[in-house]
Amino acid sequence: MAKTYFTPDHEWLRVEGGVATVGITDYAQEQLGDLVFVELPEIGRKLAKGDTAVVVESVKAASDVYAPVDGEITEANGSLSADPSLVNSAATGDGWLWKMKLSNESQLDSLMDEAAYKAHIG
Amino acid sequence: MTGEDTRHLPLEDLHQAAGARFGAFAGWSMPLTYPPGVMKEHLHTREHAGLFDISHMKLFEVDGPGAAALLNLACPLDAGALEISQSKYTFFLNEAAGIIDDLIVTRLGDGRFMVVANAGNAIEDEKHLRALATDFDARVSPLDRVFLAIQGPDAWAALARAGIETGSLLFMHGIEPRQNWFMSRSGYTGEDGFEVGLPEKDARDLVSSLLKDERVQWIGLAARDSLRLEAGLCLHGQDLTPGIDPASAGLMWAIPKEVRQGHFIGADALRSILERGPSQKRVGLKPDGRQPVRAGAALVDAHGNPAGHVTSGGFGPSTGHPVAMGYVNAALAKAGTKLFADVRGTKVPIDVTSLPFTPHRYRKG
Repeated sequence: MAKTYFTPDHEWLRVEGGVATVGITDYAQEQLGDLVFVELPEIGRKLAKGDTAVVVESVKAASDVYAPVDGEITEANGSLSADPSLVNSAATGDGWLWKMKLSNESQLDSLMDEAAYKAHIG
Repeated sequence: MTGEDTRHLPLEDLHQAAGARFGAFAGWSMPLTYPPGVMKEHLHTREHAGLFDISHMKLFEVDGPGAAALLNLACPLDAGALEISQSKYTFFLNEAAGIIDDLIVTRLGDGRFMVVANAGNAIEDEKHLRALATDFDARVSPLDRVFLAIQGPDAWAALARAGIETGSLLFMHGIEPRQNWFMSRSGYTGEDGFEVGLPEKDARDLVSSLLKDERVQWIGLAARDSLRLEAGLCLHGQDLTPGIDPASAGLMWAIPKEVRQGHFIGADALRSILERGPSQKRVGLKPDGRQPVRAGAALVDAHGNPAGHVTSGGFGPSTGHPVAMGYVNAALAKAGTKLFADVRGTKVPIDVTSLPFTPHRYRKG
């Protein structure tokens, strides 16, 4: 059964079987505006919590998306190369950014659930 | 700039009501985007008409028997040769011919001129002009106006429907259609359009009439930036600075040949730069692929030697690809030259290209 977590940096993680699918929240995509490019990570890259995993570029600016937990990249959302605006139109669905195999699942305990995240963004 | 020092537009309540997202620019809290977002706002301007609140920019009236002579010293300009209602793009230069600000000067009458200056430099510009004015029989009066730009192919028709006849006004001409109004056919998007300086009360009426027209939408500063970049127009503070002269910036077209031989601040320095040729030149840059290359990115040639740097860069919603401009060594300024931009350690191929990226559609006659 998949469980969804949120970070204060406006990312979401859907965790199932030790693998997290990661994206940015709808709130985050609204703040960024129309995305025109997503710099995707290499498969197999090992990330520590806080490392820059992906760079999303809007018309105006480039923004880092950080690894919310430790792990190894297993998949990147290739459809964003052709259509980065998927992040705007479906931030929590088809606009996911990457999947990572978690190396320390206990880190999930410090993340927010949806209710706490909603309270966080006010 | 702290929150307390931030200046607010007189029409801020209208932008709030329109759902604008605000951000700081040149000391002002400015509407960056509205609910449609930068991409749609940009395209709407090129297809119909965009309404921009540019009240952060400053209007100065310069008048008196010595007004033309004052401007001729401050700018590489023959102000007296302008016809009444004619506008001219020009600069305040420093002694080294560096660009203190870029401006539009319009002749309103025999000894009366309107100077439109950038927000970020308005205080410096006023100080500079006032200091020079002490030697001339001329007054420098900053005006308290709301300043609106209506840009795009439907701009004139939308103004006409709102009861503002633009008549025979052509590109780079300006008039005073009503008391305390200044209206010029100009803008910074590459499209036909108008800029109107007017009192706040009149501005509220005009905005309300214009927005009843479905062809007109508020457009934020983010789209203003992508529009001007596609149009190859310089932003002072990025593409132009007090360290850049008009020759390096490729803006010598703004300085008439006769004026170049004359006397103005920075004239000697500019003549000597022209004589030996500028060492770097402003060029258009088109990155390969979809990844934008932003201001500050270093440029290198095929051998990895430093070639220049990017001063403005982003994505062009109308061109459908990233667009940029910057400065390169004069020998590399030819269109077609292949360079590389350093983007977070990756070398992105980038071609020197001619400007603008989207053709200008000014109404010249």
